[in-house]
Amino acid sequence: MNSCVITFPGSNCDRDMDVALKQFGFKNKMVWHNDIELPKSDLVVLPGGFSYGDYLRCGSMASKSKIMQSVINFAKTGGMLMGICNGFQILVETELVPGVLLRNKYLEFICKNVFVKINNSENNYFKNIKKNTLELHIAHNEGNYFCSDDQMKEIEDNNQIALLYCDENGVVNEKINSNGSSKNIAGIFNKEKNILGMMPHPERMIDSYLSGVDGSIFFENLINNLR
Amino acid sequence: MKVQVIITLKKNVLDPQGKVIQQTLDGMGFNNISEVRQGKFFEIEIDEKDQKKAKEKVEDLSKKLLANLVIEDYKIIEPQ
Repeated sequence: MNSCVITFPGSNCDRDMDVALKQFGFKNKMVWHNDIELPKSDLVVLPGGFSYGDYLRCGSMASKSKIMQSVINFAKTGGMLMGICNGFQILVETELVPGVLLRNKYLEFICKNVFVKINNSENNYFKNIKKNTLELHIAHNEGNYFCSDDQMKEIEDNNQIALLYCDENGVVNEKINSNGSSKNIAGIFNKEKNILGMMPHPERMIDSYLSGVDGSIFFENLINNLR
Repeated sequence: MKVQVIITLKKNVLDPQGKVIQQTLDGMGFNNISEVRQGKFFEIEIDEKDQKKAKEKVEDLSKKLLANLVIEDYKIIEPQ
């Protein structure tokens, strides 16, 4: 399986993602934002970080980068495209997934482990996954998911909600919704479910000694689904 | 020609920064202020003599980059 990770000026989770993808069997390549063409890929990842210093709005500058036209074409023809954290912010700015990510409700940068419930597993990202909830890490200032009422209706009608913030037992309630996201949304798909944007970082949970293993479960399942 | 653009959050979008500014003002004694909404202001120098064309260009770039229309509105101040 071939994958690639796009590096923008200010990306800082690109190398972690490269390590994670390789650990679970992907042949990964790094792609610079000024490149025009993507290498042959089964999965493209927009990594976390602070692309272009979060100027204007998080992800807005990166969404207009040279490489993005190829990324958009790749995703619009069914390619698997995943955006993590700042990558999710880039995805909403390209309008490949609906909505926006606002400043966290209590104006705090949140950096901690969270539990997320898998809301839809009928797709290549979560199909066959053995757990209903995953413990992952979040680190963001703008992760407060918001969309218009019309967009929310469409998202729900098409079952596009991927992940919801929940407690360790998988219960979704407002109390554990630390960034203020509409309906506890932590991750969202496009209509076709080949594009996934999510705030939590699976690549930070691939080592039982350092962090946790739920990221390993995610990546192992993902590569098996793509094989 | 200089064109100015103001970007504001739509009415139904939460503005926690504006709320904190309002609360701080209240604490400072400015207690007759019921709401503050924070926005962005841009001054764009554009090499264009035709006022209408300049405005159209700025409108286009406001839609494409300066504002995210899911949450923000833009207002172009008539070029002078």
